[in-house]
Amino acid sequence: MNISYKWLNEYVDLTGVTPEELAEKITKAGIEVDQVFRPGEGIKGIVVGYVASCRPHPNADHLNLCQVDLGDETVQIVCGASNVAAGQKVVVAKVGAVLPGGVKIKRAKLRGEVSEGMICSLQELGVDPRFVPKEVADGIYILDEDAVVGDDALPYLNLDDAVLGLDILPNSAHCMNMIGAAYEVAAILDRDVRLPEPRVEESDRPASEKVSVAVEAPDGAPFYGARIIEGVKVAPSPKWLQNKLIAAGVRPINNIVDVTNYVLMEYGQPLHAFDYDQFGSDRVVVRRAREGETITTLDGVERTLSPEDLVITNGERPVAIAGVMGGADSEVTETTTTILLEAALFDARSVRRTSARLGLRTEASQRYEKGIDPNRVLLAADRAAALIADLAGGTVRKGVVRAGAYRAEPKIIEMPWTKINAVLGTALSQNDVLAVFRRLRFDARIEGETLVVAVPSRRPDVSIPEDLIEEVGRLYGYDHVPATLPDRASQGMLTAYQKKRRAVMRYMEGSGFYQAVNYSLTTEKKARSISYVEEAGHTPVRLAMPMSEDRSVLRLGLLPELLETVRYHLNRRINDIALYEIGKVFLTEEAALTDLPKERERLAGALTGRLRPTDWHHDARPVDFYAAKGVLEGLFDQLGLTERIEYRAASERTGMHPGRTADILLDGKVIGFVGQVHPTLQKTLDLTETVVFEVDVEALLKADVPPVRYQALPRYPAIARDIALVVDEAVTAGQLAAVIRASGGPLLKDIRLFDVYQGEHLPAGKKSLAFSLTYLDPERTLTDEEVAAVHERILAELKEKLGAVLRG
Amino acid sequence: MFAITGRMRRRLEARLWLTAGNSLRSGHPNAEPALRCTGAARYPVRVNGFRPLTRVVPREPRPLLGWGFSFYTSLLEGGRMTLRDTLEALKNEALEAVAACGDIKDLQALRVKYLGKKGPITEVLRGMGKLPKEERPIIGQLANDVRAAIQAAIEEKQKALEEREIQEKLASETIDVTLPGRTQPKGNRHPLTAVIEEIEDLFIGLGFSVAEGPEVEKDYYNFEALNIPKDHPARDMQDSFYITEDILLRTHTSPVQARTMEAHQGKGPVKIICPGKVYRRDTDDATHSHQFMQIEGLYVDRNVRLSDLKGILTIFAKKMFGEDRKIRLRPSFFPFTEPSVEMDISCFHCGGDGCRVCKQTGWIEILGAGMVHPNVLAMSGFDPEVYTGFAFGMGPERIAMLKYGIDDIRHFYTNDQRFLQQFKRA
Repeated sequence: MNISYKWLNEYVDLTGVTPEELAEKITKAGIEVDQVFRPGEGIKGIVVGYVASCRPHPNADHLNLCQVDLGDETVQIVCGASNVAAGQKVVVAKVGAVLPGGVKIKRAKLRGEVSEGMICSLQELGVDPRFVPKEVADGIYILDEDAVVGDDALPYLNLDDAVLGLDILPNSAHCMNMIGAAYEVAAILDRDVRLPEPRVEESDRPASEKVSVAVEAPDGAPFYGARIIEGVKVAPSPKWLQNKLIAAGVRPINNIVDVTNYVLMEYGQPLHAFDYDQFGSDRVVVRRAREGETITTLDGVERTLSPEDLVITNGERPVAIAGVMGGADSEVTETTTTILLEAALFDARSVRRTSARLGLRTEASQRYEKGIDPNRVLLAADRAAALIADLAGGTVRKGVVRAGAYRAEPKIIEMPWTKINAVLGTALSQNDVLAVFRRLRFDARIEGETLVVAVPSRRPDVSIPEDLIEEVGRLYGYDHVPATLPDRASQGMLTAYQKKRRAVMRYMEGSGFYQAVNYSLTTEKKARSISYVEEAGHTPVRLAMPMSEDRSVLRLGLLPELLETVRYHLNRRINDIALYEIGKVFLTEEAALTDLPKERERLAGALTGRLRPTDWHHDARPVDFYAAKGVLEGLFDQLGLTERIEYRAASERTGMHPGRTADILLDGKVIGFVGQVHPTLQKTLDLTETVVFEVDVEALLKADVPPVRYQALPRYPAIARDIALVVDEAVTAGQLAAVIRASGGPLLKDIRLFDVYQGEHLPAGKKSLAFSLTYLDPERTLTDEEVAAVHERILAELKEKLGAVLRG
Repeated sequence: MFAITGRMRRRLEARLWLTAGNSLRSGHPNAEPALRCTGAARYPVRVNGFRPLTRVVPREPRPLLGWGFSFYTSLLEGGRMTLRDTLEALKNEALEAVAACGDIKDLQALRVKYLGKKGPITEVLRGMGKLPKEERPIIGQLANDVRAAIQAAIEEKQKALEEREIQEKLASETIDVTLPGRTQPKGNRHPLTAVIEEIEDLFIGLGFSVAEGPEVEKDYYNFEALNIPKDHPARDMQDSFYITEDILLRTHTSPVQARTMEAHQGKGPVKIICPGKVYRRDTDDATHSHQFMQIEGLYVDRNVRLSDLKGILTIFAKKMFGEDRKIRLRPSFFPFTEPSVEMDISCFHCGGDGCRVCKQTGWIEILGAGMVHPNVLAMSGFDPEVYTGFAFGMGPERIAMLKYGIDDIRHFYTNDQRFLQQFKRA
């Protein structure tokens, strides 16, 4: 909402308060002023000029030579506007003048003729072209005849005004009009409000002779009033009216429409003027639209209506969409002579629904949606009728033809007055409290302990005691509220899960990974491009109305977007990448959601390039499956889960290398996977060899692990024995380790694989794996014989179960 | 090979094991005792007041000087010099030899030569029997003095040579300390995580717990339980990603508050902060993102006041943005709080004088807050006559952008490693 400082000054005396100070005060009282716009800022040297003579330029087709009287001198100005003529009062930028954008006016010669200045259009003076009246849109601006030659022209254009841009939130709709803003400013400044007192001179002939009103949908239109004004002459509005509308951001059209817009801005009451003769009947019928009914609105668009929409009809067809926009057929035009003026109350929700459905937001709909003051509906009708009669020369017929009724009594709110201090933490006296309501012009009194406030209908946002507390708080000023701390102590801490999750993140970072945070929304194709933990059985949740296909479904796994991030880096020639993400995925088996999807927290990582760059110590080592697996092993170790984790070759996961992928099982249940991205997908995504993993971090963190217990340190030394085994290629390290573990007995404490060899010195189809086994008895020193016995047993088992032989 | 008497050797070894066992063992576990002693030579160990190594010498030392011990004895035998002169000459010769010696091995040889069992002094002493009785103690004393002088000179020399050896070794071991070290590659957390964790920790210190909830939410919890009924104009403020008519991506983390209050079944206190991802229909640009983070806080209890909110937020502002920060509450509107406020902090960049960061106002808008609307309390099972509460909400992106001077919100979701690694210290 744009509030003109000069216009506001008509209702509240703003003496001594600059526009900037006012903006600051309004902001501090709760309505944010986005900006203070001074339309004339930077403009210099603009005066009123009189075009004494005007003749065509001798050497140019479209130029005119004008002798312009500037009061103290007469200058020749070459002007290209088609609407320039002798006898006009115009706006002249003198030589040396500055126009918006820093344009400087200089003495010039145009086709051999001297031009000492410029006759200006409104656009050249910085007025937004959207608000320039049609009649001067293509030419210079022509002032009224009473403009004084030689005067500074800015006041004639209201360009010496300042416009405050108010950011209206749903609770400040009462400031979406000048009078509401005036009440607010009066309360802030503790000054009086001067309200217009419309007086309509009515003829003896009742309006009801010309029109009848019937409301068939009273829930949508509690009140509908109509006035008739006859004998009007449609013409451009006077400058004062145009200027005010321009300041408010409304384009002047003609005196009738301008008056309805003016009153809308002044009272916040939307009005509509129909051309009575084009209305199509003498009956106004307000009803719900019929399915498929159409109307062409003022903007020339044909709109199809639905039974939810409320329409004004002439008894047959819609002539306006209630509270949103009028129809083109009954629009006021230059030939209009009789006006049917509508002043009605429409239901906020109904207007909102229609306006949202049609995507049509207007000054009227915005106000109806947020609730208007029913007390003003007739005042506004009177104000508009009087102004039309005054400006367009018509006669107002007697009375308002009406249907329905409205209640506009003040709302009484009662509350213990001490609650104000209890909620705000202040120590206000009864007088302090009452003073605030006096400034707001709410009737208030304190009876015993009870505060009784009568809230006027112009403030529908104030309806409960808390609203009154807010009014007191904001006008008293939150700066005066002390800063205290709650009386009651309490303890706060992270949950065990949250603590562990942080530890997982720190672990990943310590392992060289950067944390990524990706979008949860992706494409269905991407969501299905690579496996997720559960592998199958879920439908990506799809948005009803995505903004773009790129962000249309919720992710099933973290990998698709993480790989996208990898690609982003490769495209920028960053080749060594280690990223992890921890975040939620969304799982459902339903094609159309009836319940919330299951949300699971996942940990995913992607590695490509080299683990660390080549340096002088050693060559770089490219990442591989084992690099990713090693990171996870460290994580499982940190979580105390190593013994319960198992890896199982997984050859069928979508988008994963069938020979280089493992499922990760916790207590026998798949909770994730690790592996290399399938070469085909790598190629599609333009990736280098990339290894990834994704695990269900919830399963990891919620796994029951025993609390940490100290174990006595062994007092006897451990004994290590190394064995190198030769086995068939197909035998896995995991199988060997399992046999060793199973046959090792209680003395075997640790198994570590330290070498894998295949090639020379070994028969084809064979490989050698070397393990270091650690034996320990916490109670005594082991003898070589005891160890040898266990060792032999292990070797025997290995031979029997896996055909492993000691490497010679 | 090594002349050392059996008794001495046993005693010496026993002592060496005790005193320098590790260093010896680490040398070579199967080494012969003599070799161990060589190892021990690097570590000065005293056995019975003597340096044991003075006894560990080659049986046949290399001849260092032209004359052997027999020279002195022959002098004595010839009687051409007094014993006193002999000792004197011996001392001078030995001291000269020691002074000229430039090698530890040579020095060992000198020690054996002059102080050894078959050395000249021993021989002199052995010859004392031929002296008159009264001279014996005098010559004996003199011989001891000579021996002590030579011994002292050798020891001093030994020290000097060892010192030189160490210096030479150190010099040969010198490296280029400016070469880069061996590092372990390290990543770091996302700047938004850094901000969120900092805020979490701050509020945990103030007695809040961290509550979480679903990102796909029911319309009821996202709007209705927060006093935003269908058709309410407030819904204009946040265009949402709906999935069905009743399910949507949450537009704020407030539904977690509603859920948490509901779970408390009308019994306070509820004191939580709710961090998490939220989603709104915004076109991504430098200042908008369809997905972003939010942290909301809620404190519901008996007698919670707006002044408490101000107190808590003052602490937050000072801890997060510096102790000099001042805060300012401005009235505002949110459907779920009444009264509602917005909090500005004095600009941390210019201190409040006005600059580009604060758009010349001296203040920076940080968060929205207010007293929980009675409808919200009632809908979540709390009696608004008994309980009051405050709530606040802020955007980690905005805080991170202000704190670190980041100019484009999209950086947070592009995850460029060159961007991420700038926040190692964060």
